[in-house]
Amino acid sequence: MTTTSAPPTPRPRRRVGDRVFAGSATGAGVLILLVLAGVAVFLISEAWPAVTADSADLPDGKSLASYVGPLVFGTLIAAAIALLVATPLAVAIALFITHYAPRRIAAALGYLVDLLAAIPSVVYGFWGIAALAPALVPFYQWAEEHLGFIPLFAGPASATGRTMLTAGLVLAVMILPIISAISREVFAQAPALHREAALALGATRWEMIKMSVLPYGKSGVIGGAMLGLGRALGETLAIAIVLSASGGVTFNLISSSNPSTIAANIALQFPESSGLAINTLIASGLVLFVITLAVNMLARWVVTRRAEFSGAN
Amino acid sequence: MSHTATPVAERPAPPAGPVRTQRRLPRLAGVGLYLVGLLVAAGLSALTGFSIAVTVVYTLVLGPLATYVGSRAVEGARTAKDRLVTALVHSAFGIAMIPLVWLVWTVVSKGAARLDGTFFNSSMLGVVGEGGGAYHAIMGTIVVTALTAVISVPVGLLTAIYLVEYGRGRLAKAITFFVDVMTGIPSIVAGLFAYALFAIFFGPGVRLGIAGSVALAVLMIPVVVRSSEEVLKLVPNELREAAYALGVPKWRTVVKVVIPTSIAGLGTGVTLAVARVIGETAPLLVTLGITQGTNLDPFDGRMATLPVFAYYQLTQPGFPPEFAIDRAWTAALVLIVLVMALNVVARLISRFFAPKTGR
Repeated sequence: MTTTSAPPTPRPRRRVGDRVFAGSATGAGVLILLVLAGVAVFLISEAWPAVTADSADLPDGKSLASYVGPLVFGTLIAAAIALLVATPLAVAIALFITHYAPRRIAAALGYLVDLLAAIPSVVYGFWGIAALAPALVPFYQWAEEHLGFIPLFAGPASATGRTMLTAGLVLAVMILPIISAISREVFAQAPALHREAALALGATRWEMIKMSVLPYGKSGVIGGAMLGLGRALGETLAIAIVLSASGGVTFNLISSSNPSTIAANIALQFPESSGLAINTLIASGLVLFVITLAVNMLARWVVTRRAEFSGAN
Repeated sequence: MSHTATPVAERPAPPAGPVRTQRRLPRLAGVGLYLVGLLVAAGLSALTGFSIAVTVVYTLVLGPLATYVGSRAVEGARTAKDRLVTALVHSAFGIAMIPLVWLVWTVVSKGAARLDGTFFNSSMLGVVGEGGGAYHAIMGTIVVTALTAVISVPVGLLTAIYLVEYGRGRLAKAITFFVDVMTGIPSIVAGLFAYALFAIFFGPGVRLGIAGSVALAVLMIPVVVRSSEEVLKLVPNELREAAYALGVPKWRTVVKVVIPTSIAGLGTGVTLAVARVIGETAPLLVTLGITQGTNLDPFDGRMATLPVFAYYQLTQPGFPPEFAIDRAWTAALVLIVLVMALNVVARLISRFFAPKTGR
């Protein structure tokens, strides 16, 4: 931040304190990059034995790809349900807090939604298995009876309610505050002039939102949804507790035999595993790492692209 | 612009005959119509044996529907659509509150049974069935979380200082980007990383408190960086320039001017980051396992922590199961209270220690 127009002056002597402080600050930043690289390196080094091992030595005697494949499928299904349920709800909540709720209590209501993000995932698992799953059993039976022609609800309906759909709904609740927080931020930034112009032309409140707020906030919503997706993909304990997993690939969402997810499978198997089984689990963790990394990078890219074009900063 | 305004009196008189004005329902009509939907929903639900869940589902469909139809009949399509969206948006917020209330109520009602002195002052050593507590787990959580904070706060804070005060060019951009990416690392992957790291030095099957702290630090550092960065950016540049003008070196400016000005925000950020990691279960499950007795040395073998304790008490309750399940719910309740308390503390810090900005 020095002015360039001034005549060249002798470089000021850098004090020792300055050098130490700047060095340690830079070092901390570099350390973060090293940690992230370390995550990748250590995971790869511990996963490598499973990649090179003979498939007969792996758990279940299957090849690594056929072990991880159904887990990836389960992970994607659970996250997809969560995203489909949570995104419209989160956008509506964000609109409620930014444009519908009375100004004085809007912040407090937003804080209530944020509280959902503060609850630990293990507690969500407890609630899912003890409260939500039993409550959904009648619905699953009804769905099997009346919607059974759709493959998603083919049944037989689970008697405990610990199904893929329940797990997806728990995930939806968990990612709701993430998506709504980011949507809220962009909706609140929608230019006041656009909004006022729409209202001045006689638009109703919904028309104003449709014309000026939603187009402005679209990429923010997409970015928020992808961040939520990243969280849903990596969510562990809630799924490990709620889902009754038996492996296999199925689109049937309401039966008691479901594919597990990568993260939940690791949490369930890791404590009792040893040797090559551990390496296999770490290899599956590596796959999860790569998937979430890709999703998150894409999300950040979408969000920052908006920031560059918006002129808000 | 005054010359363009026409005095009201000179406006041409409105044409004679019936004037079609926009018909409007009274202000509270939306609420009233929604209540009509609720009543119909309750009636329908009563036909098939009344249940609250069915009523709520019917209401969520019929409430907005009644609002739309009622408003459309009187006010026309555009206003009806507006009212419909208003009803939907309010419903959405209501839907989001259902799990929050339901969850808190479930945990409180199930966890209150064992919320007694024994729970807080005894461990699970030698306990089969009744009794026992989470003393070892609570202390373990405190030790591991404190160690995590000791690792994460300096690194996170220094990185934030680098990004705000020093960072220019490529390196700063890379760090910002990867801190964002790091925020999205799944917690179980952080646990696997810490396990893999320590397994290389201590051999496979290692379980150490410090490994859990390292795993949690991977999750906590980006949160600290993010929040500290936001706060440090808020410090007015004039303060820095005033310090430089007085000949204060840059590092002393940061330590004596920038940090004290933003200390409230930094405290809030760190507290919220602690609240985020204190409930993490997955990384601890794979890095430090569980014990029955009290182990407070993070460099010596397995440790118990509250979330992992709750998880194992629920999923492997032993026989008879009900005592362990009660303990699990109480542990979940204590965990929620802990996290909520940290959140409240964070808000209080930002309220009471905030610097006077003069605005």
